[in-house]
Amino acid sequence: MYQFNYLRPKSLDEARKLFESNGDAKFIAGGQTLIPTLKQRLAQPTALIDLGAIGGLAGIKVAGGAVVIGAGAKHNDVATSADVLKAIPALAHLASHIGDPAVRHLGTLGGSIANNDPAADYPAAVLGLGAEIKTTSRTIKADDFFTGMFETALEDGEIITEITFPVPEKAAYMKFPNPASRYAMVGVFVAKTKGGVRVAVTGAASSVFRERTMEAALAKSFTPDAVANIKVAAGNLNSDLHGTAEYRAHLVTVMAKRAVAAAH
Amino acid sequence: MTAPLVGASVRRKEDFRFITGQGHYTDDISRPGQAYAYFLRSPHAHAKIKHIDAGAARAIKGVAAILTGADLAADKIGGLICGWMIHSKDGSPMKAGAHPALAVDRVRYVGDHIAIVIADTLAIARDAAEKIEVDYELLSAVTTPDKAQASGVAQLHNEAPRNTAFQWELGNKPETEAAFKAAAHKVKLKLKNNRLIPNAMEPRAAIGEYDQGSGGYTLYVTSQNPHVARLVMSAFIGIAPEHKLRVVAPDVGGGFGSKIFIYAEEVVCTWAAKKVGRPVKWTAERSESFLSDAHGRDHVTEAEMALDAEGKILGFRVKTLANMGAYLSTFASSVPTYLYGTLLSGQYAIPAIHVEVDAVYTNTAPVDAYRGAGRPEATYVVERVVEEAARQLKIDPAEIRRRNFVRKFPHQTPVIMNYDIGDYEASLNAALKLIDYKEWPARKAEAKKRGKLRGIGFSTYIEACGLAPSAAVGSLGAGVGLWESAEVRVTPTGQVEVFTGAHSHGQGHETTFAQLVAGRFGIPLENVEIIHGDTNSVQFGMGTYGSRTSVGMTAIVKALDKVEAKAKRIAAHVLEASAADIVLENGEFKVAGTDRKLAFHELALNAYTGHKFPTHEIEPGLKESAFWDPLNFTFPAGCHICEVEIDPETGVTKIAAFVAVDDFGNVINPMIVEGQVHGGIAQGIGQAMLEHGVYDPESGQLITGSYMDYTMPRADDLPNYKVGLTVTPCPSNPLGMKGCGEAGAIASPPAVINAITDALGVKEFEMPATPLRVWQAIQARH
Repeated sequence: MYQFNYLRPKSLDEARKLFESNGDAKFIAGGQTLIPTLKQRLAQPTALIDLGAIGGLAGIKVAGGAVVIGAGAKHNDVATSADVLKAIPALAHLASHIGDPAVRHLGTLGGSIANNDPAADYPAAVLGLGAEIKTTSRTIKADDFFTGMFETALEDGEIITEITFPVPEKAAYMKFPNPASRYAMVGVFVAKTKGGVRVAVTGAASSVFRERTMEAALAKSFTPDAVANIKVAAGNLNSDLHGTAEYRAHLVTVMAKRAVAAAH
Repeated sequence: MTAPLVGASVRRKEDFRFITGQGHYTDDISRPGQAYAYFLRSPHAHAKIKHIDAGAARAIKGVAAILTGADLAADKIGGLICGWMIHSKDGSPMKAGAHPALAVDRVRYVGDHIAIVIADTLAIARDAAEKIEVDYELLSAVTTPDKAQASGVAQLHNEAPRNTAFQWELGNKPETEAAFKAAAHKVKLKLKNNRLIPNAMEPRAAIGEYDQGSGGYTLYVTSQNPHVARLVMSAFIGIAPEHKLRVVAPDVGGGFGSKIFIYAEEVVCTWAAKKVGRPVKWTAERSESFLSDAHGRDHVTEAEMALDAEGKILGFRVKTLANMGAYLSTFASSVPTYLYGTLLSGQYAIPAIHVEVDAVYTNTAPVDAYRGAGRPEATYVVERVVEEAARQLKIDPAEIRRRNFVRKFPHQTPVIMNYDIGDYEASLNAALKLIDYKEWPARKAEAKKRGKLRGIGFSTYIEACGLAPSAAVGSLGAGVGLWESAEVRVTPTGQVEVFTGAHSHGQGHETTFAQLVAGRFGIPLENVEIIHGDTNSVQFGMGTYGSRTSVGMTAIVKALDKVEAKAKRIAAHVLEASAADIVLENGEFKVAGTDRKLAFHELALNAYTGHKFPTHEIEPGLKESAFWDPLNFTFPAGCHICEVEIDPETGVTKIAAFVAVDDFGNVINPMIVEGQVHGGIAQGIGQAMLEHGVYDPESGQLITGSYMDYTMPRADDLPNYKVGLTVTPCPSNPLGMKGCGEAGAIASPPAVINAITDALGVKEFEMPATPLRVWQAIQARH
């Protein structure tokens, strides 16, 4: 780890000002990606601005047909929230399978989606449920938020404050974990919503994406059979020691089918 | 405490301090004025070092020294050694490439050591390391054994043409060829034994210290064998004479073999301590452990078995390529030779065996002993081929084994080993019962209904432990004897201190050894202290590896025999009887047939006061030592059976059942033995299904350099095991014990892969059985 200044603002306004006045500063929430990166000396920020002391960022509430979760909510908070379990059990289930207990007690929803790791779980829920991401300056639709590998629509200094997940009719997340890291090698979030069926895939490509062929098929018939024979093109999918692109493509279909079967 | 201690599942004495975080590991030690070391390592798999410029780095405030291979050479510090001489089949000695502790002009694997940076803090040392400019001339790299001998590939050592360290053979080639000519059936398999990375819970660490006043060095180090470390560093590397070098291996958090070896870091930290006039401390980061701990396995093998019409094995021929990595590590050469070829007879009476092993250098971390060391590789070859033979000949896998078991002991194999005792049918039968073999077809059918592919696999293994009779290993090339020492000191108030040359790093010696002593003298377990790991306390020892605790415990028994004999002579005087009439019962020295007696602590006090016996005939005090050189290897054996269920849609494979019945001879502490079996099987399943050390074939970078890509077994990867024991007491040591530490890792991989190949209906399948590979195998069937 290189040396850096550690700053702990009390408000979003103060955080923004600190960001602007501190050269190459980085925000830190749960730190579950950033701290290992720092320990390996793969990043050298001049300052870490810890968002943990800012009040009002970690709430979970259900209102107006949506679950609104503060960016600072820990994975474990989401996984065990009675409100989330009742309104969108698929979301609680997803959160309960992120990392390990230590990660789930430190990592945050906002941190996860701001990082947009191609194999993270949360982006699948955000995109799959058609959530809205509220920041210090605007509201961004999920479809516009994830722009590429570790890239989002967030601008420098912009901080996620809360995410609004519309409550679906039914949904499920099916994850095929990488045997080593237990990140998603393929994770498919399927949701039947008022606005239509959404299928979001994480882990398989450089960034989370919607599987539109499946969405169309499921819109006609929300059954496992509707997607069971849809072949996903392997062309743009990731390939590594643990899974070839062909294997990932196959797993997208299998996980989608199983997610539809499990959706409730 | 009157219940018999030996054979009881006594809870481990050491666990309280470990579980409550009160162990004392090397990294817990801080020495006054210590500086911190960071090793600059090669980022390249293979390169010439044209120039090292450390000027800017040295200028950083807080940097004490930056030392390179040139500094080592200037001080005439020798390179690392390989302590087991292997001769090739043409009679030539193995070709060991020079292995300087810090590279001189060439680096040969990613992680190879270039310089030590010593500074006031670790952060400063790391900052300084980044400022060192190394001018490399990149060379091509070779990482896999099957490519190493090809023409036109990278050559690692001038001493070793075609990257070949040795070409070894064992057994009888003409007899084996003749057996194949007479065979009704031939069964051939190509096998790979995947490279493993040890991953001890505690990373390696070292603190070197030099005392100007005494001229003595101290090294605190994560070692399984501190005396061997001292011997090598003194006699071969030339750090200091033995009496001026103390090596302390305090609590050590797991080794699995990887902490046997004498590594560059501990040598350099010790040497550097004098140069900087401060203790020098280094602790590996996990990433460094991946890169620089000696790896395990990495064999490519072709094996062929000849059988008669009834499935009786006539001959076995094996050709293996063993990847040694970039250098020959401390005991590396013994692993694919005498710890491998000698076990290729398995549990079977095979008349003719011939094995050839080519050991090759590649641009990868050195490969050396890892839990089982050669024996897992041998067992994998034998048990995969025997299972395939059963399938090819359409004989039940249990039955083909029965037809070939060794049944008369002692049994001389064609590959050196002389099996002393065993009952292989007993462990097979017990395992069949545990798994409920009769119901196997029903389980397979039931799984099929659920859409799952269920398979069963056997492994009836044998291994050689209790390493080893010194003369025998000496004749095979070992540079050391493999006896063990013990010293038993009784204090005047009747406690017992046992100094053992064995080292405990997870085995529970502090408990089992104490059980032995307390049981013998009828004293409470807590009155016995087991002391190990410090060359200033223990006179000498060969350390712990190769499930050789039977050797260390026998040395203790021999010392206890002497203590008891002397105690009886003293008791005879005190009790005014003949020494021949003194008996030791329940912690009391009694005159047989009378009520005259001395409690153990009373005897101890008498021994030290010397008031009541002629001290010119019997020396005062009560302290004896013994060295024990084993009479033979010991031969743990048993049967593991695995059942798997495969989800054909994803390739995900679950272990549905796993049974292990082992014959370890007599057992001191069944609970600890069961724990060793569980851990061993976990590592074996890890090898079979999860773990794989993979280098990029072009760049030579370690792809599986962290837990993001190297799959360590987790609890939910493992089933509940059913384990059992059968017992044939070992005749070559007084306790009748054989050893249990490695059996699980040796036996289980072929059981798992035999089950997977059964489920898939395929002949060949490479470990580890990841979901990807299983799925690909399923696709290839269609």
